[in-house]
Amino acid sequence: MTLAEFPGPGLSEEQWRLIRSLAVSLSSSQLSWVSGYFAGFDEGTRGRVAAATPQAPEPAAPPQAAARTLTILFGSETGASQDLAATLARRAEDQGLPVRLFDMGAYKVRQLKDEQDLLLISSTHGEGDPPQAAADFFEFLESRKAPRLEQARFSVLALGDSTYERFCEAGRRLDRRLEELGARRFEPRADCDVDYEEPAAAWMGRVLSHFAAGPATPAPTAPAALAARPEPTAFDRKRPFPAAVIDNLVLTGRGSSKETRHLELSLEGSGLTFEPGDALGLHARNDPAVVAALLDAVALSPEAPVSLKGGDLPLGEALESAYEVTAATPRFLEQWAQVTGAAGLKALLGDDGREARSAFLRGHQVIDIVRAFPAPGVAPVTLLAGLRPLQPRLYSIASSPLVAEDEAHLTVSTVRFALHGTPRSGVASGHIADRLGEDATLPAYIQPNPHFRLPEPERPILMIGAGTGVAPFRAFMQHREAQGTPGRSWLVLGERNFRTDFLYQTEWQALLRDQALTRMDVAFSRDGDRKLYVQHRLLEHAAEVYAWIEDGACVYVCGDAARLAPDVHEALATILVEQGRLSREDAEERLRGLAREHRYQRDVY
Amino acid sequence: MSSTLTPHAPTDRSRDLSQPLDALGPDETLKADSDQLRGTIALSLLDRITGAVSDRDTKLMKFQGVYQQDDRDLRDERRRQKLEPAYQFMARVRLPGGVCTSEQWLTLDALAREHGRGTLRITTRQTFQFHWVLKDSLRPLIQKLHTVLLDTISACGDDARGVMCSVDPHLSALHAEVYAIARQASDHAIPRMRAYHEIWYGETRVAASGPEEPFYGRTYMPRKFKIGFVIPPVNDIDVYTQDLGFIAVAGPDGLEGFNVAIGGGMGRTDQAPATYPRLADVIGFVPKDRVLAASDAVMAVQREYGDRRDRARARFKYTIDDKGLDWIVREIEAVQGFAFEPARPFEFTTNGDVLGWRRGEDGRHHHTLFLEAGRIDNRPGRPLLDGLREIARAHPGGFRLTPNQNLVIANVAARDRQLIEGLLEGFGLSELNAGSGLRRNAIACVALPTCGLAMAEAERYLPSLAPKIEAILERHGLIEEPITLRVSGCPNGCSRPYVAEIALTGRAPGKYNLYLGGGFHGQRLNRMDLENVGEAAILARLDTVIARYARERLEGERFGDFVVRAGRDLDA
Repeated sequence: MTLAEFPGPGLSEEQWRLIRSLAVSLSSSQLSWVSGYFAGFDEGTRGRVAAATPQAPEPAAPPQAAARTLTILFGSETGASQDLAATLARRAEDQGLPVRLFDMGAYKVRQLKDEQDLLLISSTHGEGDPPQAAADFFEFLESRKAPRLEQARFSVLALGDSTYERFCEAGRRLDRRLEELGARRFEPRADCDVDYEEPAAAWMGRVLSHFAAGPATPAPTAPAALAARPEPTAFDRKRPFPAAVIDNLVLTGRGSSKETRHLELSLEGSGLTFEPGDALGLHARNDPAVVAALLDAVALSPEAPVSLKGGDLPLGEALESAYEVTAATPRFLEQWAQVTGAAGLKALLGDDGREARSAFLRGHQVIDIVRAFPAPGVAPVTLLAGLRPLQPRLYSIASSPLVAEDEAHLTVSTVRFALHGTPRSGVASGHIADRLGEDATLPAYIQPNPHFRLPEPERPILMIGAGTGVAPFRAFMQHREAQGTPGRSWLVLGERNFRTDFLYQTEWQALLRDQALTRMDVAFSRDGDRKLYVQHRLLEHAAEVYAWIEDGACVYVCGDAARLAPDVHEALATILVEQGRLSREDAEERLRGLAREHRYQRDVY
Repeated sequence: MSSTLTPHAPTDRSRDLSQPLDALGPDETLKADSDQLRGTIALSLLDRITGAVSDRDTKLMKFQGVYQQDDRDLRDERRRQKLEPAYQFMARVRLPGGVCTSEQWLTLDALAREHGRGTLRITTRQTFQFHWVLKDSLRPLIQKLHTVLLDTISACGDDARGVMCSVDPHLSALHAEVYAIARQASDHAIPRMRAYHEIWYGETRVAASGPEEPFYGRTYMPRKFKIGFVIPPVNDIDVYTQDLGFIAVAGPDGLEGFNVAIGGGMGRTDQAPATYPRLADVIGFVPKDRVLAASDAVMAVQREYGDRRDRARARFKYTIDDKGLDWIVREIEAVQGFAFEPARPFEFTTNGDVLGWRRGEDGRHHHTLFLEAGRIDNRPGRPLLDGLREIARAHPGGFRLTPNQNLVIANVAARDRQLIEGLLEGFGLSELNAGSGLRRNAIACVALPTCGLAMAEAERYLPSLAPKIEAILERHGLIEEPITLRVSGCPNGCSRPYVAEIALTGRAPGKYNLYLGGGFHGQRLNRMDLENVGEAAILARLDTVIARYARERLEGERFGDFVVRAGRDLDA
């Protein structure tokens, strides 16, 4: 039986004649297009097309979608989705549509908010999981970071295996989530079993018919959020912005000797702006457990009212939010010596006691002192008189506003140690690591750092950092990549162990692969028999370091002030002496000169 | 590329070596362009930004016995942490016939402690695997192996894999003779692989006067090629699962030759119905002095005619089914220049190991020790790695690794038996052989967390699965009944599941296909009984079938044989 002899269900003779005469006049590719055209027809579109072209024997409407962008994203485990996506792209191109085709794993998720027509093809892996390569894409899309997509239309092709319980789940997740984000589903999702070819081809036909059958959805109107955006307000140190925590994760891998975190904060609606190199100030709160222990040690009630500049507060709240209650200062020592009259404390005062005092303060926090030297009946105001106001903590921002708009990312080392048998943690890093709930905010402001700035785009940069010193370089590289900067870049990074402490490893790998980052060297101090630091790598590659400096490179150093900065400085001076045949004095003068020209910039702490 | 063979009769050559590279699968171009497997491995080893090697090099390194993996338990966690997967390498030793000297053992032990997280694994092909080896440790490890005359050449890759050989300790004279031939066959069949010497031993490259690989050429085999030698009546190597199997035939004066079996293979590809496990066919007999010639000829036929377009169908078993067994046999005979003699009679009775002490014909004693899933490590109360090190120090006779992942402490003089027993006792190892009939006949592949192919747990699952099946057997009074149980983390079948009486092959975390009815000595494929189900469904099904077996079995009838006899009736 040939198809041409089969009169379709309930067709009149006249309809059947028209269809048959049309069918025999079409090429095979036209035929498959037409099948999709009819398949995609619903009552609504039919009304429109009929009104526009009353006799339309063929789709007269030019693909107006050309004015919009069509993006095909695929997530593939075995290559089936990839093949289908390539076929779809080809068919769309044949239809005259401009198409962009991406593996979800290679797609820059920040572009999502600008997408208009999105076609997604994904297989399902294991028990409803996306393909490995698409895991990041899914995670972004399903996170709170995902943008609203009111302007977008979409359709999903889901591949799966019906012997698994969560059949086609990855595709279903995409379908659900895109709808939640406000995108309009212009063609229902198709779920395909292992014999996916036919249903997939039918879906393609239906999807593509939308682009020919009539104009795409009207141009998006300005999102309401944009119109309703508040006027920028001047948030600053005194009046910090409550930045919502978007992400807060541990960067260091299992088994690491340390904990370094990545924190993403939203600045949306704050009007705060910054440049790569700037820092973010955070107003952290003290650990309530530490405050409770302190109050217990001095036998004071947390409810005792105290007067602060801003007004009256209960003592407990004042200690949590307004005073340093962990590290003790010489001032506190002096005050507490007076309150208690303790000879042990008095001995530490004055010029003669300086060294003993420093040693004592290294080994004793406020709680240790009040426990060792009790002051029964001390008044709240007396306790507070010795305490220093709680200071905001500064962190170099690890993101570029060009890439993460309205966000600031931080790289935070969690400070933990034990003293007198009890575990202690840093105020801000402890707050971030241990006490940030789901919908938490942190009061934040921008602390500009005009002495740590990217140069003009053509100029090469040599970035040297260790530990969390990597943060501003992540911002630099995001910025330069977003700008498509022509200048070369070289990152020399130090940490403890390759396997667990290679901060942002996969991001550097991607930058190297895309040649946005020209070169990278790493020094892991605890991997080998010999301690190896960034300065050793610089000396190993002395000729190249020298050549970069001679080529006009800007040199940046970020990290520990006590050791990294002088060690790197020494290495640079040595390189200038050896490679540039300078005297030691001239090498130092050259480094001073570079600093004056803003070509040797340091952000050390 | 031109073929060196002219087939004896017309055949379709559109998918084999005679075609230009661009008409073949991408791996063929990769091999041909690899500079005889050198690739950029030496550079990849120097790259400090990643613990991996380049994608291309990962494939080439397999030929050198080194297999890139990552800790899959950590994969997702590390991805979120913006860390690359915890890359590491598996290094598989080439150990023909599973024979290992005590000196070699001590070196392997030291290397496992230094570079392999204190664990060694005995594979189902009678060799050792190191896991968890970091990139920087590969060279030291391979160089140290070299000092005791071990290497990892062609332990993976499209080449002749490690050659297996029965270990039956009882037939000592025959074993010695067959093992010598197996060893020779391995040395003969592997690529010369100058790249290995340059990359791992640091030897300088010298200009080659002729082709570097006279047999393999630039594209090696279409797929892996497995050779095994078996000494009846124990089919411990599962000869029907080998691409090329030699079944020893002995007469009154010792070894006479071998029956030749071709075309076995366990692997199937998930969701590729055109792939399937296949048992080897016995095609005739060769006298012992013609084994190498026959081996060369069989490999040459597969090299020439194997499918190089579709790797899923590139194993020898598909070549045989595509061309027809008769055509293949005649082609082999044409290449080797002599005809096979008619196959001689032989009989297999089991494919398992006899555990405990056995005395060889030469009067020496051998102790076979059961190792669950072939894993050698130290656990609380059971310091296996330490115990075996002490035995290797005290005992000069060496070891044999069995295809059932067990270990033979070999060649013990009668007066030393007590010494060995004392050491086993002292390290808490005398209980190892005390498991049930099921436990003693169980095999699991490695699977998670290191194997990149695994879809479900295998080695880590067996210890919790086995007692649950044992409880069923106990209930039905069958706890001593030997039944083969094999668990594979994926359908590829490294634990040779498709010949087991009970087999599970992984489909997803916690989900398996259940197969039943393989032959106890590996002579028959099993059949899928349940698809993609969890443990509860598997145990319920086993309870039903085992209950019937207990009630209705014939005298001496094996579980697998019963399942086949009962057939459809079991569904009622």
